Amino acid sequence: MIYLDYQATTALAPEVADAMTSAMAHYGNPNSAHRIGRTAAADVELARDRVRAALGRMDGRLIFTSGATEALNIAIHGAARTAPPSRRRVVTLASEHHAVLDTVMALRHEGFEPVILPVGPDGLVDLDIAEAAIDERAALLAVMQVNNEIGVVQPLEQLIAIARASSVPVLCDAVQGFGKLATPDADMVAITAHKIHGPKGVGALWMRAGLDLPQFMHGGGQEEGIRPGTLSPMLCAGFGVAAELAAERRGTDMAHVEALWKRALELFAGWRINGSLSGRYHGNLNLRRPGLDAARLLSQVRGVALSLGSACSSGTGRPSHVLRAIGLSDAEARGSLRLGFGRYTALAELEEAAALINEAAATQKAAA
Amino acid sequence: MTSRIYLDHAATTPLLPAAREAMLEGFAAWANPSSPHTVGRQARARIEEARRRIARALDWDGTVIFTGGASEAIALALGASQARDVLAGATEHDAVLRHVAPAQRLPVDADGMVQLPDALAPGTLVAIQQVNSETGVIQPFDALAEPVHAAGALLFADCSQSAGKMPLPGAADLIAVSAHKLGGPIGIGALLVRDLALLRPIGGQEQGYRPGTEAMPLALGFAAALEADRGWLADVADWRARLDAAVRAAGGEVVAETAPRLPTIAGYRMPGLSAQAQLIRFDMAGFAVSAGSACASGSLKPSHVLAAMGWSDAASGEVLRVSLGHDTRAADIDAFITQWQAMATGTQ
Repeated sequence: MIYLDYQATTALAPEVADAMTSAMAHYGNPNSAHRIGRTAAADVELARDRVRAALGRMDGRLIFTSGATEALNIAIHGAARTAPPSRRRVVTLASEHHAVLDTVMALRHEGFEPVILPVGPDGLVDLDIAEAAIDERAALLAVMQVNNEIGVVQPLEQLIAIARASSVPVLCDAVQGFGKLATPDADMVAITAHKIHGPKGVGALWMRAGLDLPQFMHGGGQEEGIRPGTLSPMLCAGFGVAAELAAERRGTDMAHVEALWKRALELFAGWRINGSLSGRYHGNLNLRRPGLDAARLLSQVRGVALSLGSACSSGTGRPSHVLRAIGLSDAEARGSLRLGFGRYTALAELEEAAALINEAAATQKAAA
Repeated sequence: MTSRIYLDHAATTPLLPAAREAMLEGFAAWANPSSPHTVGRQARARIEEARRRIARALDWDGTVIFTGGASEAIALALGASQARDVLAGATEHDAVLRHVAPAQRLPVDADGMVQLPDALAPGTLVAIQQVNSETGVIQPFDALAEPVHAAGALLFADCSQSAGKMPLPGAADLIAVSAHKLGGPIGIGALLVRDLALLRPIGGQEQGYRPGTEAMPLALGFAAALEADRGWLADVADWRARLDAAVRAAGGEVVAETAPRLPTIAGYRMPGLSAQAQLIRFDMAGFAVSAGSACASGSLKPSHVLAAMGWSDAASGEVLRVSLGHDTRAADIDAFITQWQAMATGTQ
């Protein structure tokens, strides 16, 4: 199986698997006062420091969560609840992940007005539109760093400057960018371990110093009262090692991704690329071809793991909201594929996969 | 570090070997269970198999929704339920009580048994733990379920401590369980739901009740832990009886002594020595025990559980929780009894 679905999840790094396997031999509740508990707490804190270092955020607070979805929920609900009554708009982009879009839309029931900014055919937000929409009525701006479907990188520096001019806090969904690109200067940053070769079941929310969020879920008061529930020292350790590894290998990994990207552009020369060519992360390729039935292609190339869009909405049969947001017709969206590659993708695998995909697409065309 | 004797299994218990093996197998199959390709579908199949095995092991014929742990399962049950009102026992875990205003708390008697009100409004959700995490007291669920259901109200059972150690209350409508209290991994739990119409969906994974990529290796570890042999529980019952007798003989007090209690948990009062002092001395002597629930450790707050049972703050401030597990040995109990008696009689 050739795995080209790096935006859905990534293979557990062997170093991470080793760290978790040795962590399994320890036990103890990090909240317990006795030595075994304190040892577990120390393991969690070591992991926290490693994630913070990789994020480049030794200041502020980093709380562990069960994943990015929970981190995003805590941040969005928290920002809304702590906003002054004059700020009732929650601004985000049409191409965000469902974890953000659905959460923002749910705030309607609490008297908030979701403001969903369009993105252009390149997948990027228009800064003039953003500037017009973000003012002192906004409680939050939630923007993704790297899009999970089309890989485009939003102009966060400019967006943050616009938001800051009206004192609007910014939440960045950095799930796809963490470990690859520099962390944006947002007030809150959500990340997850399993997109950087770490385990599933653990993520984090970083918050700028001074920012306070109300408790999201009720419980035992862990994670500074914001996210209760016993933390898993094993998952935290895995996240810590994955983050450290990503930071150490960033240059090597990015050079490898760049080499794969260049080759991919040659291999898929006959395809159109969805989203901006210049402003994107090069470990993602979202491609389309006129007349293609991408869902059928998926079943034609069973030896290659690729996808049509985000894994979460796979199988729903709905066309991707991201491809729709960049103006693709339903037919164009149905003819689109998502390829994601990275650290463990061999050049030969990419070449083999491209041959299989191109062959399948040609077969479809011949049959049409 | 000298060898340590761990008697805090109610806080968390070591991973069972079978759970460890299952998780290692899961680590090797890391695909996203929502991905449509072969490896994604294989991960999905493993999760669904784990779900079926968990339901079977817990003898539950309703839905199993995976969560990040019991706190989240409780938040989901109490937050997303369609119930009009929530009542909870006064001795519930903080994860439950924080959803419930003080006026909505049901009193308990001196043994910790929840007292239902004379009348319950239809559609009310009554939240009661099967086993108390500090005292081990078991609530009589069959007796509680009858009036609750007769009134058209619903029953939520927090089974964080009891799952895998005794049959779950089959009459409950919603049940929260946690893997790491029964030898599975920390980071996964489940909400068992009799009828999904009881909950409002919010979208995403887990039939729309719990969005977020599922942690398949944790689900496999959870299932394996539940299926593991429970023969050790019989030994633990004998040892707990010995502990009770030894504490009494040395002038101590056993919390809720006459109430039905899960054999893995006990509360012991050592008159004249604060729980914090006991905790430190036990820790120095190599024993890990706790003053109440781990979440509240270090808070030095008097136990709300003992207060609800009528204990004075002074007396409850001298109570430690001792909890036993699958790797507890007879020698651990002997060593603990020796230490307890030495501390109680002032020789150490």
